[in-house]
Amino acid sequence: MVTKRRTIGGVLPILGTLTAALAFLPAPVRAASEYNLPYGVTPISHAVYRLHMLAFWMMCGIGVVVFGLIFYSIVFHRRSRHPVPAKFHENTVLEIVWTIIPFFILVVLAVPAARLLLRMENLRHPQLTVRITGYQWLWRYTYPRYGINVYSRLSNPSLASVHYGRHLSPYAVPHYLRSVTHPMVLPTGEKIRLLVTGGDVIHAWWVPDFGLQVDGNPGLINAMWIKILKPGVYRGACNQICGWGHGYMPVVVVAKPPAQFLAWVRRWRAAHHGPGAGDFTPKPL
Amino acid sequence: MSSDAHALTHDHAGEHAPPRGLMRWITTTNHKDIGTMYLVLSLIMFFVGGAMAMVIRAQLFRPDMQLVTPLFYNQMATMHGLIMVFGAVMPAFVGLANWMIPMMIGAPDMALPRLNNWSFWILPFAFTLLLITLFLPGGGPQGGWTMYVPFNLQLGYGFPFMIFAIHLMGISSVMGAINIIATILNMRAPGMTLMKMPLFVWSWLITAYLLIAVMPVLAGGVTMQLLDRYFGTHFFSVAGGGSPILWEHVFWFFGHPEVYIMILPAFGILSEIIPTFARKPIFGYHSMVYALASIAFLSFIVWGHHMFVVGMPVAADLFFMFATMLIAVPTGIKIFNWVATMWKGSLTFETPMLFAVAFIVLFTIGGFSGVMLALVPADFQYNNSYFVVAHFHYVLVTGAVFAIMGAVYYWLPKWTGHMYNEFWGKTHFWLSAISANVLYFPMHFLGLAGMPRRVPDYPVQFANLNMVASIGGFVFGLSQLIFVAVIFSCVRAGKKAEARAWEGAHGLEWTLPSPAPYHSFATPPEVA
Repeated sequence: MVTKRRTIGGVLPILGTLTAALAFLPAPVRAASEYNLPYGVTPISHAVYRLHMLAFWMMCGIGVVVFGLIFYSIVFHRRSRHPVPAKFHENTVLEIVWTIIPFFILVVLAVPAARLLLRMENLRHPQLTVRITGYQWLWRYTYPRYGINVYSRLSNPSLASVHYGRHLSPYAVPHYLRSVTHPMVLPTGEKIRLLVTGGDVIHAWWVPDFGLQVDGNPGLINAMWIKILKPGVYRGACNQICGWGHGYMPVVVVAKPPAQFLAWVRRWRAAHHGPGAGDFTPKPL
Repeated sequence: MSSDAHALTHDHAGEHAPPRGLMRWITTTNHKDIGTMYLVLSLIMFFVGGAMAMVIRAQLFRPDMQLVTPLFYNQMATMHGLIMVFGAVMPAFVGLANWMIPMMIGAPDMALPRLNNWSFWILPFAFTLLLITLFLPGGGPQGGWTMYVPFNLQLGYGFPFMIFAIHLMGISSVMGAINIIATILNMRAPGMTLMKMPLFVWSWLITAYLLIAVMPVLAGGVTMQLLDRYFGTHFFSVAGGGSPILWEHVFWFFGHPEVYIMILPAFGILSEIIPTFARKPIFGYHSMVYALASIAFLSFIVWGHHMFVVGMPVAADLFFMFATMLIAVPTGIKIFNWVATMWKGSLTFETPMLFAVAFIVLFTIGGFSGVMLALVPADFQYNNSYFVVAHFHYVLVTGAVFAIMGAVYYWLPKWTGHMYNEFWGKTHFWLSAISANVLYFPMHFLGLAGMPRRVPDYPVQFANLNMVASIGGFVFGLSQLIFVAVIFSCVRAGKKAEARAWEGAHGLEWTLPSPAPYHSFATPPEVA
């Protein structure tokens, strides 16, 4: 039995926090970071990451200037060094300058943000539509084209740890709180339209690797699109407080190449709709 | 005129001494008594809300902690927000307004003293109603302080208690705001034009208008929830033709001005403290006033930035993004003006100044994350993550709360007639400033790495930073006991404070003796 092998690591994080700014460097190796947005696996998540880093570095630059001035003033304008205060209390030119410069800095940020937003909202020509419904406390994934319904709830090893005391350390549970009974399966390389809604209260479907989250509002449908570039397993969670089980409704997406995805569709239909259901013609788009 | 003044002097020297004991506090219409009661209530609520935060941080100390149930955790998270916003920060600012505004504008008292008494005494009942919910079947509010429907309508017996508690807080705030506006507009000393008012008074004049504008919106919204639950209306129910999104719009139309209600008076406080300890007049007084006014105006047209992932039209997303980013301009002006006030001053760093300088730096960090959050595409990642939690704790704790603490240290000598203990004041500051950063800075990383807010448990990859944050939280919580001790000992004893307790201080309040007499400025001073 694996015990809490990382609790000793609890001593290190102070160091980790102090040096964490390093983790903000746009790393050539984009492994999942404990400190930064994931680079992700969709074109949108890559663009969001770049926008985030642009904003971050610009804020750092402004911070260096502003905090530098404050620090300089603290050191050199303290009474022991600067006993007689100056008398000035306005300077129109200066005030106009520091109104206009921030404005232009903001424009530099707003333009790429607006362009990216328009790209994210371009829902034309999807190759697959999946409907996502949040319930207290599970997700339902409906593939209208294939007549498939997948109910996805927190899987048992995580549940055991949550409900039955400390029989299992969370470190011993694979993907504690981030594994589900039946994952959502999606094809890679296709433009997938996600229609998100809520079955009872408001939920939010969030997978950081896809660079987006969408609220599932009861009675309303939100549309978003993703295109997954790399096969793999991507994990997220509900991100809108929805009651007792809010922390216990993860999202797990398994992305497979299109041929394997279709094979999964056939297997699923055969398993859930009778042996003959594996052979079928998908409904037209 | 002179006979009037004579009558007033006669009055307060004679039979109008305050009653003693409990009745003094229940029946008082004196702005100083009421200000004190607001501040004490705020301090108590700060500890009640703080205790809830300790439960939250203990539960999140490591994954699978299971200290409290998820149900109770959600109640703690929700009540912590409601108590801190409505119980700690807002009453603290109203208390400061009560104490200081009449003294700063040379008025004998607030314009509407009986209303003043009432607006305070509603509050203890409001918070009793709110806190009672924790002991009712179904528990207290659990849907976050944002009270999103339909989930909020699923609450137990606590639901109507919460609604009525919010009604009472709203009534209290609106009455307080009316009183402050009436006082500022009618009772300034001769010669004190609007553009000669201290910036703290300006900040409160603008804040009071914000309160009057938005508290009724919240009251209306929660009343709609009440009607939906008990009277068969369908404002927020899709089945009946309503929409849960309507609530989000109503709430945030209140909510965004509300967060500025919690920061504008802090701006005012900073504009008092920094010139005093820089020994130099505030830089850009006029632009400070205009910046306050433009921030207040913009606060009404940016509520949608809380709702980017809700699913709004692109045009609305773009509008709210641009409008939100625009707020950085007047806010930047304020920051630059404070820095320019410090520039070439003759700085000393007593406790109020330490809090003020920390405010500038840490509030600016909160502003940075605020600009990042305004970018809609990036907000699709940041929204509702711990990045947001970090953002609003930087602006509200190391922002608003630090300003309040600075203000308390700044004016304690005027209130009590004693200097507080500078050593313990500074100790309180350094412990608070360091631990607050250990507490909140890692939350940026947690949010970026994908930790949602309002969860009672989390995957193991978030364990280290959560432990750091919790340790910071415990130290921050304990440090506040020093604050209470310093205040208590300052009230009881201490070095005698002069009328002008700080050598660089200007303003009418410093012309009064310390402690300020029970009735001050019975005859208005002349302002040149």
